Amino acid sequence: MFVAQSSPFLKPALSVSKMMLVVTLALIPGIITSTWVFGFGVLVNIVLAIIFALGFEALMLYLRKRPIKVYLNDKSALLTAVLLGLALPPLAPWWLTLVGIFFAIVIAKHLYGGLGYNPFNPAMAAYAILLISFPAEMTTLWPSPSMLAGHESVNFLQTLNFQLFNQLPPSVTLDAISYATPLDVVRTSVINGLASISEIEETGKTFGMLGGLGTEWVNLAFLAGGLFLLKKGVIQWHIPLSLLATLGFFSLLFGSFELDSNPSPLFQLFSGATMLGAFFIATDPVTAATTPKGRIIYGAGIGLLIYIIRTWGGYPDAIAFSVLIMNMCVPMLDYYTQPRVYGHNDRDQQP
Amino acid sequence: MSETISDTFGEDNIETQTSLIREYTPIAKDGLWNNNPILVQMLGLCPLLAVSNSVINALGLGLATIAVLILSNMCISLIRNIVRPEIRLPVFVIIIASVVTAIELVMHAYFHELYLILGIFIPLIVTNCSIIARAEAFASRNTFGKAAFDGLMMGLGFTLVLVVLGAMRELIGLGTLFANAHIMFGEGMQWLTITVIPDYHGFLLAILPPGAFMGLAFLLALKNYISLKQKAAKKRQKSPLPETV
Repeated sequence: MFVAQSSPFLKPALSVSKMMLVVTLALIPGIITSTWVFGFGVLVNIVLAIIFALGFEALMLYLRKRPIKVYLNDKSALLTAVLLGLALPPLAPWWLTLVGIFFAIVIAKHLYGGLGYNPFNPAMAAYAILLISFPAEMTTLWPSPSMLAGHESVNFLQTLNFQLFNQLPPSVTLDAISYATPLDVVRTSVINGLASISEIEETGKTFGMLGGLGTEWVNLAFLAGGLFLLKKGVIQWHIPLSLLATLGFFSLLFGSFELDSNPSPLFQLFSGATMLGAFFIATDPVTAATTPKGRIIYGAGIGLLIYIIRTWGGYPDAIAFSVLIMNMCVPMLDYYTQPRVYGHNDRDQQP
Repeated sequence: MSETISDTFGEDNIETQTSLIREYTPIAKDGLWNNNPILVQMLGLCPLLAVSNSVINALGLGLATIAVLILSNMCISLIRNIVRPEIRLPVFVIIIASVVTAIELVMHAYFHELYLILGIFIPLIVTNCSIIARAEAFASRNTFGKAAFDGLMMGLGFTLVLVVLGAMRELIGLGTLFANAHIMFGEGMQWLTITVIPDYHGFLLAILPPGAFMGLAFLLALKNYISLKQKAAKKRQKSPLPETV
């Protein structure tokens, strides 16, 4: 074998398949924590999503006459499925997952030309479609977190029975096991002026130590997974940092005027899907900006949109819409932020 | 007008009939398929996307558009030799606007509920590009009979796509077909409403505007696929022997 003798020695770039696998592995702490907080529905969602995703992926590859084994092996469908499974409410019925995966894999990915050609993040496109099509199912099926006082839960088989056949044990009602997510509570009561932050805090049902009760642990786990990805060099720091900094900055800016009607910056950062979005969804190499400057603007745009939609918009969380809106801006960002080529003046460079 | 009548009802020999068929078949084929106002010319997409959320809405606007197309084509064909080319477009627009106003008043009088649902989209038929396009491209150059027939066929092509898209969106969005049939055909036609999928959850996306865009995209893809197949079949007919490579 020929061995390179002289410098520079460059590490070979990660293959697509390996990268997708590393990202999926980095999600595992978050998945475990989610399951601990929200019950087995999370796992059921992810497993169902993976099965549906591999099925649709194989079907589309067959219809498009691509080598099925090669492309199934790139694990991009697996990652999309895990992300969507984590984003869905843990008590989601099976058909919600099926419809979501259909839109993610068939419409948002393959009809645009497959992996590498899709302008929109498939998991988030599917999530947005589900949210506007089935608003009731997407918002009322969040189970109460296990750390809530007087928490009632269903075991694995009962969860499975509910998700597949819509049947609950006779002694349990859906209202008893579900709850309004912290972001939902804050949006509906504080922003409409029904209750102040301190009043909600007294109920002890919404706030944890850092962010939302329960969701703060999930966010911490995703943060840990994200830092692992950063260390591995799979993602760069630009997008997560600018996203989180912008979100924190604006909640600090607006929150410092009216402390009692604006949740703290920490609450914004450790509630909902903030960390999952910042480290795993916004950093998707296909749909994110590619230049360093572009990435910073892209991340900042998502952070700003998250704050705007959470505070003044119609939905409690905003990761999907923010990511999709900034996905649309990516071609323009990449076009206007191309770095200076070595040896050329700025004036030579035609934007 | 007299020439058409003599064409159709004058001598009853086979030769005029075949020449009639030869003249009128391409017009029908153009309107319905080869030069379909939506699938090929991509005209009049605004009413298509806005009103196709149920079969009855689609049918109502489609029929109104057919009436406007036939009447405006007829009027424009009649005056085509009197109007100077420099001022033809304003004249066409005035004729189309008058016809649309008349149709709007008729619908206001006889289909009041449908009129309320379709709302602004009835007066907006004036701005439907396919109508002025047919006036300019066909009616101003052809005889009365042909222009009227072209209006009918183009209108039918438009309505057909509108109704198919409306059926797709209504079926996926609400699980029904021909809902609200009574506002168009009267109370006696309530039975026309079919609930295809009972206990349907409803898929809001199909009813919302994105559903219209996606549905239209699928229809266009289907049309292009069929056209490609037809072309390939024609090629094979022309050269029956496969080419050796």
